[in-house]
Amino acid sequence: MLRVEADDQLHPPHYPWSHDGILSSLDHASIRRGYQVYKEVCSACHSLDQIAFRNLVGVSHTEEEAKALAESVNIEDGPNEDGEMFLRPGKLSDYFPPPYKNDEEARAANNGALPPDLSLMNKARHGGEDYMFSLLTGYCDPPAGITVREGLSYNPYFTGGAIGMPQQLFDDMLEYEDGTPATVSQLAKDVSVFLKWCTEPYYDDKKRMFMKAFLIISFLTGISWYYKRHKWSVLKTRKLAYKPPVK
Amino acid sequence: MRLRKTGLLAPVNDIIDLPTPSNISYWWNFGSLLGLCLGIQILTGVLLAMHYRSDVSLAFSSVAHIVRDVNYGWILRYVHANGASLFFICVYCHIGRGLYYGSYSRVLTWIVGVLIYFIMMLTAFIGYVLPWGQMSFWGATVITNLVSAIPSVGGSIVEWIWGGFSVSNCTLNRFFSLHYLLPFVLVGLVLAHLLTLHEKGANNPLGVVSLSDRSTFHVYFTIKDILGFLILLGVFVIIGIEPRIETLLQDPENFIQANPLVTPVHIQPEWYFLFAYAILRSIPNKLGGVLALFASILVLLLMPILDRSKIRSLTFNPVAKFFFWFIVGDFFILTWIGSAPAGTEPYVLIGRIATIFYFGYFLVLVPLLGYLSNLFYEYNGTT
Repeated sequence: MLRVEADDQLHPPHYPWSHDGILSSLDHASIRRGYQVYKEVCSACHSLDQIAFRNLVGVSHTEEEAKALAESVNIEDGPNEDGEMFLRPGKLSDYFPPPYKNDEEARAANNGALPPDLSLMNKARHGGEDYMFSLLTGYCDPPAGITVREGLSYNPYFTGGAIGMPQQLFDDMLEYEDGTPATVSQLAKDVSVFLKWCTEPYYDDKKRMFMKAFLIISFLTGISWYYKRHKWSVLKTRKLAYKPPVK
Repeated sequence: MRLRKTGLLAPVNDIIDLPTPSNISYWWNFGSLLGLCLGIQILTGVLLAMHYRSDVSLAFSSVAHIVRDVNYGWILRYVHANGASLFFICVYCHIGRGLYYGSYSRVLTWIVGVLIYFIMMLTAFIGYVLPWGQMSFWGATVITNLVSAIPSVGGSIVEWIWGGFSVSNCTLNRFFSLHYLLPFVLVGLVLAHLLTLHEKGANNPLGVVSLSDRSTFHVYFTIKDILGFLILLGVFVIIGIEPRIETLLQDPENFIQANPLVTPVHIQPEWYFLFAYAILRSIPNKLGGVLALFASILVLLLMPILDRSKIRSLTFNPVAKFFFWFIVGDFFILTWIGSAPAGTEPYVLIGRIATIFYFGYFLVLVPLLGYLSNLFYEYNGTT
């Protein structure tokens, strides 16, 4: 369907994601690296409140690793017997703790701009992972004639061009545990794949199950098409003839 | 087999011995496909309702819960959301088939059918509000506000529908209740649709009385319908495997939780309402737009009166056939215009022309073509 968008925005090109193919799953090593980028960079401002530590198990981390990650953060729990709230180490069942207590605090800390929750970000913007990759790598100086207000940055992929989030990703800003060179495009790609998984945690299951379904349904369609043709062959090959009455 | 022809089993016999015209084409499959769609929507819907919470603070996250935590919940949601799109594809094919082959000659069946379509639209609109995303909220606000165009009592009626002074928790809760109720109303109407159909039996591509050549429903049409079912299920699966098709059917705005303080740049309904939405926006007057919106569907009811042709079906009428494909094209153009930004040229102009053609086809062309066809039919060479 043709859709006309506001013209003040550059449309992201389509990148050849490794999970694009009909038979391809998400790149789980990339999800793991992307989680690292989220944890070390994005999570300073962006919440991911639909994802729990248990979701990582079997996807990007082992159960022990996920437990260790959960224990490294403090979660407010309670009230205890004295009616007080207390902090305890996280458990697998805990959701990722948000960086701010509420939207107001988030706005106050970010020049009035609210960093959106990233749980569904892949589907909440046109272009999905292409958009995210382009946005994260697309920061540049504003073109001549455009001035960007103090505290905002210029990004042609963002609606209107002026974005509250400054450029976040830089070459070698972190060290990947698997030794992958941490270039800007690598960081952006990994976090885009991670967020794709966050939005559609069932992506791989869906492909696997639907491939099976497709095989079964094609097989059944073939059989019923043949059986239909077989049953109808009598009707289809009838010959209607007019026989005048014999005198 | 007297048993299946009497008593309780008699309705079942409708899919066994029912005499059905031998020459009906695959276009006649959409009726049973619609039955399948309704069945799928009710089944997945009942299961989704077990996990959904119709409260403004919980609705959005309960959908996330269904997708992330409920066993195979993502399949339920996937099938229910895309099932609505397939449902409408089938219903448009079904209506188009009816218009082309003159199936409105079964007047009562046709009237019940238009009623089904109307209630189906209502159900789909209400259902789209339930996930409580941005487009759910703003779509509900825009569409319910249309009622306020009714002179003098409109404002009160809108507040009565909302259960408050804006789309709120009351609205969501009653919409959930209605979204559960209306499909069962549809089931009742579908039975009425079938009962009235079986008074005369199905129409056929030639548009002639087909009593001389009918076959039993089983095995000919049961196997043909099963083949249709499998192809529909195959389409479901293809949409699931190829994510770009699904993205086309979804609006990114609806993956953002409803926020009454932030208005999306483009508010537009789901694709299956876009043609009616384009007609609504093409009329410069609010009340006029709402009337045109309703008229665009109700004009179908007039088809049995408007088409005076003595030859049913367009099979032998090349001129009417030609114009039929124009109305099909017009439907696509209106759908496109419905998704274009509001109040921008050339979309407004194109929309108005398409709207005039839409009503012109039904109110002028159909009667005129019927009249012409009768002239030719009765022509005996003497003028």
